Amino acid sequence: MASGNRSQSVQGLTLISPPLAYALLVMAAPLLTILAYSFLKDGYLTVVREFTLENYRAVWTDPIVRTIMLRSLGVAALVTLVTVVLAFPVAYFLSFVVSPSRKSMWLFLITIPFWTSYLIRVFLWKVILGYNGVVNSGLKTLGIIEQPLSFLLYNVNSMVITLAHAYAPFAILPIFIALEKIDRSLLEAGRDLGESRAMTFWRVTLPLAMPGVVAAALIVFIPTIGDYVTPALIGGGKIPMIANLIQSQMLDLDNRPLGSALAVTAMLIVAVFSLIFVALNRRFLKVRQ
Amino acid sequence: MTTPASSTAAHRARTAAARPMIECRGIQKHYGDYHALRGIDLTIRAGEFFSLLGPSGCGKTTLLRTIAGFEDIQSGVILIDGQDMDGVQANARPTNMVFQSYAIFPHLTVAENVGFGLRRDPRSKAEKAAAVEEALEMVGLKGYGKRASHALSGGQRQRVALARALILKPKVLLLDEPLSALDRKMREQMQVELIKLQRQVGITFVLVTHDQEEALVMSDRIAVMFEGQIAQLDGPEALYARPTSRRVANFIGVMNFLPAHVLGDTPDGVEVEVPGLGRVEIPAKNVSSKDPDDEGPSVGFRPEAVSLVGAGQPVQGRVTEGVIDEVVYYGDMTYYDVRLDGSASFDGKARPIRIAMRNVFGREVQDVGTRAKVSWSPGSLVLFR
Amino acid sequence: MKGGGLRAYAILYLLFLYAPILLLPIFAFNSGTVIAFPLKGFTTQWFAQMVGNDSMRRALGNSLTIAVCASIFATCLGIFAARASTRFEFPAKGPIMGLIMLPLVLPEIIVSISLLVVLLSLGVKLNILTVILGHTLICMPYATVILSTAFNSLDRSLEEAAYDLGETKWSAFRLVILPLVMPGIISSLLMSFTISLDEFIIAFFLAGNEPTLPTYIFSQLRFPKQIPTIMALGTVLVVMSIILLTIAEYFRRRGIAKTGAKDTGGFL
Repeated sequence: MASGNRSQSVQGLTLISPPLAYALLVMAAPLLTILAYSFLKDGYLTVVREFTLENYRAVWTDPIVRTIMLRSLGVAALVTLVTVVLAFPVAYFLSFVVSPSRKSMWLFLITIPFWTSYLIRVFLWKVILGYNGVVNSGLKTLGIIEQPLSFLLYNVNSMVITLAHAYAPFAILPIFIALEKIDRSLLEAGRDLGESRAMTFWRVTLPLAMPGVVAAALIVFIPTIGDYVTPALIGGGKIPMIANLIQSQMLDLDNRPLGSALAVTAMLIVAVFSLIFVALNRRFLKVRQ
Repeated sequence: MTTPASSTAAHRARTAAARPMIECRGIQKHYGDYHALRGIDLTIRAGEFFSLLGPSGCGKTTLLRTIAGFEDIQSGVILIDGQDMDGVQANARPTNMVFQSYAIFPHLTVAENVGFGLRRDPRSKAEKAAAVEEALEMVGLKGYGKRASHALSGGQRQRVALARALILKPKVLLLDEPLSALDRKMREQMQVELIKLQRQVGITFVLVTHDQEEALVMSDRIAVMFEGQIAQLDGPEALYARPTSRRVANFIGVMNFLPAHVLGDTPDGVEVEVPGLGRVEIPAKNVSSKDPDDEGPSVGFRPEAVSLVGAGQPVQGRVTEGVIDEVVYYGDMTYYDVRLDGSASFDGKARPIRIAMRNVFGREVQDVGTRAKVSWSPGSLVLFR
Repeated sequence: MKGGGLRAYAILYLLFLYAPILLLPIFAFNSGTVIAFPLKGFTTQWFAQMVGNDSMRRALGNSLTIAVCASIFATCLGIFAARASTRFEFPAKGPIMGLIMLPLVLPEIIVSISLLVVLLSLGVKLNILTVILGHTLICMPYATVILSTAFNSLDRSLEEAAYDLGETKWSAFRLVILPLVMPGIISSLLMSFTISLDEFIIAFFLAGNEPTLPTYIFSQLRFPKQIPTIMALGTVLVVMSIILLTIAEYFRRRGIAKTGAKDTGGFL
């Protein structure tokens, strides 16, 4: 119980060392290995220990890689936009309309689908949107269409719908938390100072909710850009994203240096976007203070 | 309550001669660069109700936690009942603590909380249960044993915390701001109950508080602390009437200060010239020479030590005249700020003095701008030189 | 009629969230072999087929072993991390905690591929142990967050009080801290269990030839004949997840009620 500064540090470091060691061994060390591989040469089925920037040159100049990278970015950006825009009104509803005693229940209802098998949810969208899927067969049964709609599956749209559904709760929660933190008297002050309800929302609520929106965008963007299942199932393997490319380089083609360079590049992209989002968040936080 | 309550004076006379219970010698404590305790020397006697009083950050809680064994000290010695506490952990010290948050275990019932420290006690289950019931009765919670502890009110939580600590019959009970979480009425009630309880169990109480009134009401002796040091250690009356520094005087209540010109020592004290009051002889026991302020010598007196004299009223002590500058009406009291004639003669600065008058039926509250007679006695003046 | 439009929108949104899950039991009990409307008739044969399927049972066994191990390991590591971060100040605390929480924001593909490359070059044979390794890593941040909340809502003087009343550091932890964070521990175990049970990518890359439920499902999705059985399996999984989550939520709330703190929201 003695709590001098030194013994505080020693006890804290002792306690933190098992999880820290685990994270270092199982996550940091492999990531560093990948980083090292990305600067080495590929011999067939082996890795040649020789420094080269060739892999990065290949990654950044190959038109196929570039297309896939841009597609991943585009899909992730679109999913993020759709998710956040769709989620905001729900978060607003939860925070401002739902009575406090029922908030927990609503939050629970919203989070449940997130915790059920991701794979099955993605597959079900294939079932729903497919050529003979629920939508088409349903519409046909009702006599609304005669031929199945073919634009539903195996394209970017269907991937966006699926991913937006998968990460919806991730977007609602941070926005909800930001809205909850807003002092309600600020909104009354806005009205008291002569603004309309809409203008109060625009000039007071929205700026104060911005940190939540930024956090939501980041939380949706990161897993989306690295998603593997959706392109494989919904895209039918015909419209791969970064994750599928990394997997095929690493395992199918066994070109580990190139695969590593791809992975590092993907991480860099995620890191750059994360930093942008964090910087945006800082700005909003600064304005608040 | 089986033992009859003894008078406060008798209690104080007895404890003043008692053996030392806690002795702190040269205690130093640093948190990194922050010097929390700067050489504390302190003796607390057995059976005393002792308070550590000071503003937040003065080190009073740190000192209490040092005695409890929750904080290491860099140098110095702590003796409890003559035994060196160096290397003795908190769980082995003959002290128990009432925490500021009360720290009532929320997963245990009231009885389980009170009996928590008896786990290693060799007595039988029935004897322990009886001890718990007795402790609960002592704090006025008889029959509350089976209740869930998280449903208790603030005052009840505090009683549980007291029972839980006292059941172990510690040599010293440490109380960390125990009344700060209660509302005013409850606080005043608990102050009285704590005094009674302390007289009843006869255990040394050490209380930490930032509330001067609380310290004055409850304590036998008070140590006022500033910035990790003890500024003054005295009984409540002496502390209030004869603070040894301007800082202590300002922390405990309100004090008027007027500059003083020291004329010289007399057989019974010091003679000074005070603008507005004239020549005064300050009794030796009211002279303090350790004030670190360098504003030069000054005299101080409490607002209650001076009074306005109405027309035709008899006068006690000396009288000075002045003009009423400000009147603040408080219901039971009225505060007058009065500019004494000649008070600005020293350096041209007006120094109105505050006078507190109890409002009595039949006496009118005086108005701003009226001339008034002010009576005072040299014995209530304190000289800081 | 404040928020009427918003309420309607929120309900529609919930419908969108639940649409796939609601379809699951409908087709699991539908006797038609094709997943399409109109429905044919009621049957439980897909569930019977699922129970009789050997490789599915093997996958289930693997998944349960992995989930139990990963949730216990992750929760143990989470207890250390949560206790250290809520109770002590130590150098480089921010970066260290950041590193432990990093799997939360790292794309799983990167975690699994990098771990795979290292394991392969070390010559480690891939089996369910390697999956446990990966799942423990991704469950650790969730466990840490849940347990930090539990440890944080504890008044530090509770521990000191126990110590002051004569207990040792360890018995104070056992008698006071542990009972009070127990709901958090159970909640963390259940949450980690659920995450591990549903996790696909890491299992896909690190399991070698051992199937887990998600990888088994993935492999069967190619065969239209198998789909109704998968629907039945999915139904069972979803029901299990919901039950586990409800229990987790119950313990989380009980924990909050026990320590007398305020409820500040749901998961995460």
